[in-house]
Amino acid sequence: MSNIERPLSPHLQVYKWQLTMALSILHRATGFGLALGAVALTWWLMAAVNGEEAYQQFQSYAHSFIGQLMIFGWLWAFTFHFLNGIRHLVWDTGKWLDLKSAYASGYAVVAGSLVCTGAIWFAAGY
Amino acid sequence: MAHENEKTIRSALGRARGMGSAKDGTHHFWMQRVTAMALLPLSLFFLWHLDSIAESDYTAFLKWMAHPTVAIAAILFVVASFYHALLGVQVIIEDYVHAEGLKIACLLLNKFSFFGLGFACIFAICYINFAL
Repeated sequence: MSNIERPLSPHLQVYKWQLTMALSILHRATGFGLALGAVALTWWLMAAVNGEEAYQQFQSYAHSFIGQLMIFGWLWAFTFHFLNGIRHLVWDTGKWLDLKSAYASGYAVVAGSLVCTGAIWFAAGY
Repeated sequence: MAHENEKTIRSALGRARGMGSAKDGTHHFWMQRVTAMALLPLSLFFLWHLDSIAESDYTAFLKWMAHPTVAIAAILFVVASFYHALLGVQVIIEDYVHAEGLKIACLLLNKFSFFGLGFACIFAICYINFAL
C-alpha cells in the first residue's frame, strides 16, 4: 500500500533458534495441518452417506501406507496442538510467562505430545 | 492531529482515512479462545471413541454415529473445530499474503471452504441419523 520507509522489526533470520520460537512456529504449522484435515473429515462422513462401497473405498485409502502416514502425522499434530494450546490458554491468564516456566512447559509439551502420540497409536491397535 | 514531521508507524493512507482499525480483532481473538476451550472436552470425547471411529464395519459405524450423544457431540465438534480452523487460517493469510486482491481472494476462499465443508459434515451426520 505505502512505499514510505517505516521502521520494521528484525525478521527471523537474525535470531538464534530457541525452543520457544520453534514451538510457536510448530503451533501454527500443526494448526494449519489440522485445518487441512477438515477435507479428510468431510470426505470420510460423505463416504458413509454414499453407501457401503464408498465407505470401504475410504477405509482402504485410510489403511494404505500413505493413509496411515497421514493419520500418524495428524495424530501428532493434534496432541501437540492440544497440549501447546493449553499452554497458550494458561499464558492468556497471565501465568507461566516468565522464562523458566515458558521453557519448562515447552519441554513438557514436546515430551507429552510424543508420549501421547505413541500411547494413542498403540492403544488404537495399529 | 498528526503533524507533518511527527514520528508515527501509521501509514500515510491509514492516517488520511483516519478510521483506525476495523474493531473486530478482539472478537476474533476471543472466539479463537472460546472454540479452543470447547474443543478440549469435545476432542477428548472422540479420542475416547477412537475404536468406533476406526471401525471398518459399515453398519457398526452407522449404528455408533446414529447414537444421539455421538451425533450431537459430532455436530458440536464440527462447528467448534471448523470455526477455530477458519479463524486460524485467516490469521495465517493476513500475515503472509500482502497483495490486496490475492489476500481478499484467499480470505474468501478460506471462509467458503470451511462453511462448505462444515455444512457438508453436518448434513452427513444428520443424514446418517435420519435417512440411513
